[in-house]
Amino acid sequence: MTSRQHSVPQSSGAPFGGRLFGSRSKRVLPGFALSLGISLFFVSLVLLLPISGLVMETSGMGWARFWQVITDPRVIESYKVTLWTALAASLFNGAFGLLLAWVLVRYEFPGKRLVDAMVDLPFALPTAVAGITLAGLFSQNGWYGQWLAQLGIDVAFTPLGIVVAMSFTSIPFVVRTVQPVLEDMAPEDEEAAITLGATDLRVFRQVVFPAIWPALVTGIALSFTRSLGEFGAIIFIAGNMPYVSEVTSLMIFIRLQEFDYAAASAIASVVLLVSLVLLFSINLWQARFLRRLAGR
Amino acid sequence: MRRAQHNRIGDQPWVKWLLVGLTLTLAVLLLLVPLVMIFAQAFSAGVAGYIENLSDSITLHAIGLTLLVAALTVPLNLVFGTALAWAVTRFNFPGRKLLITLIDIPFAVSPVVAGLLYLVLYGNNGWVGSWLSDYDVQLMFAWPGIVMVTVFVTCPFVARELIPLMQQQGSEEEEAAVVLGASGWRLFRKITLPNIKWALIYGVVLTNARAVGEFGAVSVVSGNIRGETNTLPLHVELLYQDYNIVGAFASASLLAGIAVLTLAVKGVVEWHQSRETVETPSDRTGA
Repeated sequence: MTSRQHSVPQSSGAPFGGRLFGSRSKRVLPGFALSLGISLFFVSLVLLLPISGLVMETSGMGWARFWQVITDPRVIESYKVTLWTALAASLFNGAFGLLLAWVLVRYEFPGKRLVDAMVDLPFALPTAVAGITLAGLFSQNGWYGQWLAQLGIDVAFTPLGIVVAMSFTSIPFVVRTVQPVLEDMAPEDEEAAITLGATDLRVFRQVVFPAIWPALVTGIALSFTRSLGEFGAIIFIAGNMPYVSEVTSLMIFIRLQEFDYAAASAIASVVLLVSLVLLFSINLWQARFLRRLAGR
Repeated sequence: MRRAQHNRIGDQPWVKWLLVGLTLTLAVLLLLVPLVMIFAQAFSAGVAGYIENLSDSITLHAIGLTLLVAALTVPLNLVFGTALAWAVTRFNFPGRKLLITLIDIPFAVSPVVAGLLYLVLYGNNGWVGSWLSDYDVQLMFAWPGIVMVTVFVTCPFVARELIPLMQQQGSEEEEAAVVLGASGWRLFRKITLPNIKWALIYGVVLTNARAVGEFGAVSVVSGNIRGETNTLPLHVELLYQDYNIVGAFASASLLAGIAVLTLAVKGVVEWHQSRETVETPSDRTGA
């Protein structure tokens, strides 16, 4: 923080210097060079350098070998397991998150503040702790597992366990994206529709849902992205059987433990590419949606 | 008149209590019970057993290493997050939006991939690592590597808390202070800092929670050497795999305690922010 002091004479004395960069107004404030300098240095060193290191590593291995590694049958099976479990988990969270957001915004009830605070628990709780806890709860003689076993449902050591772990770790996303939109909804449209005699379900479908679905989609997409990369919570409950309950991030981990860095990097580059595409799509989608809201 | 007290959907008591009941059931089953179970397991051998589990030398070392990692990571990311938020909310420059998207990368990237990125670059056969090993500098499978990946994983938190708030607050107050002749540092301390104080505190607490709890990325670069490069989450895994379930949950309870504290701080921060909103309606609401 003390380095900030350093910049003072140079930048506060140069309100005109900013024009050199050719952008609009706002250059009255000091600290442009310092804050942007720190940011760019940090982003380059911490984020971009390691990513380009991965690109270098994989480009050294040749296309044929790269293709062979990323299409290995066991790896392909891990993509499939990861994709369908992440999809199931994020859809569950779409429903549960919408319910939570609705109840927290619309109703008063005892324990409301506690529930609101607890929603963020999965973000605050380390994934390994979540993993051993869920594994304990859902194991054959665990608090939940023994009841589910009587119904003939096995969760621990099956792909269903992966869904449970992914759902848990990404619960907050949908709630926290939908909640502010529900809070900001003006009651007039809803009141008008009710006065005109529409049923509640119809009002929800035709008035409320059109207002919240972009936020809902964003929340589900964030939840899906997070689930694709989840590792800590999953490995304790999944059983990690090849071809059955092995997720892709575990596949990378296994290749690393075999000291096959090239293969691990190849699979990681596929995962990284998918996450970056998802991240950029979500950001573009949000920007479009926000502009539309502002335009109204 | 029949509709007098029913002017928003879902207000009928049976709908309300059905939805609230369903929510409470799911919240208890999916959130509260897991939290309770951690402490129930941790104390299942009694308080004495709990203390004994936590006071063996390997556990104490793991706690110490975890605190060291957090103590180095949090200040770095505090400076970075604040600088980035200042740059992107107070100035316009080409590539500003790209920069905002780039800092979300750690949120999107799998922790295992994050660890691998560093291992490939700084490991002994890596591009930078092979050069460093000529000078006998070993970053991977040692504590510096753990700090490096933790910085990667936690770098968005402070910036993500500050950016929406600083955007909403605008820079009129700060511009006025500059016109009145305030210097940069004084401006930041007297005007900006009081305005962003609560968001900054929550950002730090979140960074800390994630720094002490990171598992995937750290397990890739740590080498899991007991009593040397084992952080608390890795220690939890080791104990669990040794079938020392009570010991694993005892260590896990420390991490769960930090998580609960994090949620409590969030509650306090939101309470302060909503109070400030009441005083000056132009400010943003909590969340």
